Amino acid sequence: MLVLASCFAAYRTMFKFLPLLWASLRRHRLRTVFTLGSVMIAFLLFGVLSALKNGFSMGVDVAGADRLMITHKASFTFPLPYSYWARIRSVPGVRETTHATWFGGYFQEEANFVQTFPVDAGTYFNVYADYVVAKADIERWQADRSGALIGRAYAERFGWNVGDRIPLRSNIFRRSNGSDTWELTVAGIWDAPKAGVDTQILFMHYDYFEESLGADANGMKGFVGWYVIKIDSPDASQRISAEVDALFANSPAETKTATEKAFAQAFVGQMGNIGAIIVSVASAVFFTMLLVTANTMAQSVRERTAELGVLKTLGFRDSAVLWLVLGEALLVTVIGGVLGLALAALLVQSLRAMLAQYVGSLFIGATTIGIGVALMLGLGLISGALPAVQALKLKIVDALRQE
Amino acid sequence: MQQVLAIVAMNFRNIPARAAASWVAVLGFAGVVLVLVAVLAIGEGFNTTLKNVGADDVAIVVRGGSSDEMSSSLQPNDVSVITGAPGVLRQGGANGQPFAAAELFVTLDVPKRSTGAFANVPMRGTDVYGPQLRSKFKIESGRMLTPGKNEVVVGAGAARTFEGMELGGTMKSGNAVWEIVGIFSDGGSVTESEVWADARVLQGAFNRGATFQTVRVKLISAADFVTFRDSLTTDKRVNVSVRTEREFMAAQASVLTTMIRTAGFAIGLLMGVGAMFGALNTMYSAVATRAREIATLRALGFGPLPILVSVMTEALLLAFAGGVLGGICAYLAFNGYQTSTLNYQSFTQVTFAFAVTPALLASGIAYALMLGLVGGSLPALRAVRQPIVTGLRAT
Repeated sequence: MLVLASCFAAYRTMFKFLPLLWASLRRHRLRTVFTLGSVMIAFLLFGVLSALKNGFSMGVDVAGADRLMITHKASFTFPLPYSYWARIRSVPGVRETTHATWFGGYFQEEANFVQTFPVDAGTYFNVYADYVVAKADIERWQADRSGALIGRAYAERFGWNVGDRIPLRSNIFRRSNGSDTWELTVAGIWDAPKAGVDTQILFMHYDYFEESLGADANGMKGFVGWYVIKIDSPDASQRISAEVDALFANSPAETKTATEKAFAQAFVGQMGNIGAIIVSVASAVFFTMLLVTANTMAQSVRERTAELGVLKTLGFRDSAVLWLVLGEALLVTVIGGVLGLALAALLVQSLRAMLAQYVGSLFIGATTIGIGVALMLGLGLISGALPAVQALKLKIVDALRQE
Repeated sequence: MQQVLAIVAMNFRNIPARAAASWVAVLGFAGVVLVLVAVLAIGEGFNTTLKNVGADDVAIVVRGGSSDEMSSSLQPNDVSVITGAPGVLRQGGANGQPFAAAELFVTLDVPKRSTGAFANVPMRGTDVYGPQLRSKFKIESGRMLTPGKNEVVVGAGAARTFEGMELGGTMKSGNAVWEIVGIFSDGGSVTESEVWADARVLQGAFNRGATFQTVRVKLISAADFVTFRDSLTTDKRVNVSVRTEREFMAAQASVLTTMIRTAGFAIGLLMGVGAMFGALNTMYSAVATRAREIATLRALGFGPLPILVSVMTEALLLAFAGGVLGGICAYLAFNGYQTSTLNYQSFTQVTFAFAVTPALLASGIAYALMLGLVGGSLPALRAVRQPIVTGLRAT
């Protein structure tokens, strides 16, 4: 109740006295500008770092719980025999199955990395049914053995359109004629099932890829990179994982089956504590900015002691004076914060293309904005607290005497 | 000059009167330097670890077009052409054994000690020349592996980072069981992140037939590299890329190092601007508090220069104190901090330590001073320009 009441008081005071708050901010225009600047930069960094963190943890949030990844037990970089497919299909509870392989593709020069998966064209999008792709595109792709289904990100980055010929090179595989180039035709474009999903994957036909491999195929002839299965119910994932792995126990290529989410998490985990480092950097930034804002607020209140005394003489309640000071701090942090986050959003737009090859897709999500707003309010309240309490306790006589 | 000294000294003596604001400025600078140095220390540590192996008289040969060991593949006849090329050091004269090791490079899924999460440990198959091609290689405990047996030696970094990698322990991969017979070091290089086995045994365990992935050769001298490279690149029998170990490792380190450095500089720059705003506020209010004092001094006949110098010195002093404080914190908190991450190029884990080098500390402090210079100059100008009469009237 008390909290509600004081929130209401704050709300009333803020809007009623907005002109007054504005006037006090304009009192030392330069100082306000600098403080706003510090706060803005803090939130700019916060926004960009959060987007970076989102980019790194990408895939974890969007992984389907009803999809399981089957990889080689020793390392997912080792291939699995193609013959496993039929046996995996026979496990009860498995609805759809498909497979994919790592191609190591690039376009023209190695800096233009193109994440390419040779996949089974007939089944892949039964398992990944949530990927958005037009029916015409998928049919055109399935009909064309040398067809490529490209992610929206690649269509934008390289300006590829349906019908374009792409000579795609592999830094791992060689064709039987010694060449490292596969000629592909863009058959369609796929889109992300939801915002933030990285669309940097080019799908080609596994059959076309495999039949053209030379004898020295890095052990890929007759093998695939990994299997993906869609199961009837996420609850059965443990049982099915165990059953699949049991099928191939004690064979030369034992398997490890895990939910797609667990797989994505493990992959992100490989980056090490990037997330923790980002959080600690952001905290250091905030601590610094908190100090700057708190200091400015303290100064500003100290200088206006007499003025606050006058307000109290005029009949302003102690609590109103408290909220005036807090309101001023909040105004600074909210304006600075909003500007900072807006700038961050702009910056992330341009960084996205630059960093696309390394960190998936950067984005500022609703969570980031939520945390940002909470931080603005928190920062304003904490930095304003000490001077506000001083103002609250101020005796009129003392205040007026101060000069 | 005397005037300058007198006023600077006086100004220093009354800094305590503005202690709170001064502390804020100092901590602001410290925060910037701390973050800048810490982020750059990651890049520095990673870079040093990868470049530590870089010798000029060792060449690495991979299949043409491969940028890393992982994606390369070489047939037995490629290997004999490579090791027979001119420029390769031979034991016991021109017809002796080539000083070269044909190696395999695979990854294994092993849980990390810190999180229990599985990560890619690089596993290298080599032969007796492997250790000799790395000048700093040393068995720290246990012994070297015996060729032909399912034995491995584990790098000190890998042993620290991954579960179960102790002397006397075993490792499972596919259906092979490896006995850990030794722990090795290699002068803190990236090699310490690896697990070594005998190449022929590894070929069997991973169905690699007789293929290898890379050949590492010792050259007669660094000057023979060009001869060696040109003879292979013009040889019609093979299609290979030849680089010195130094070039190869620099390329391996480049992506992540560039990323970390760019991030470090960008964050440092932005935070620096933020801290500079804070310093500007502090110095402006310092000048405002001293308005009457400054005007009095001017009225007494002190010139503008001593005033200017005193304000600038104060700002620089605060910046310097902040820089040193931030540097010390960064050093204490992060120097030698062990971590591991995925190297994009080889797709394997590299264990390394943050390196807070003296050069990093110096650049951190220099940056703080630069910020202090800007943060002090505008308020200093205001102090000087202020009309004496206004100043004397100030409260």
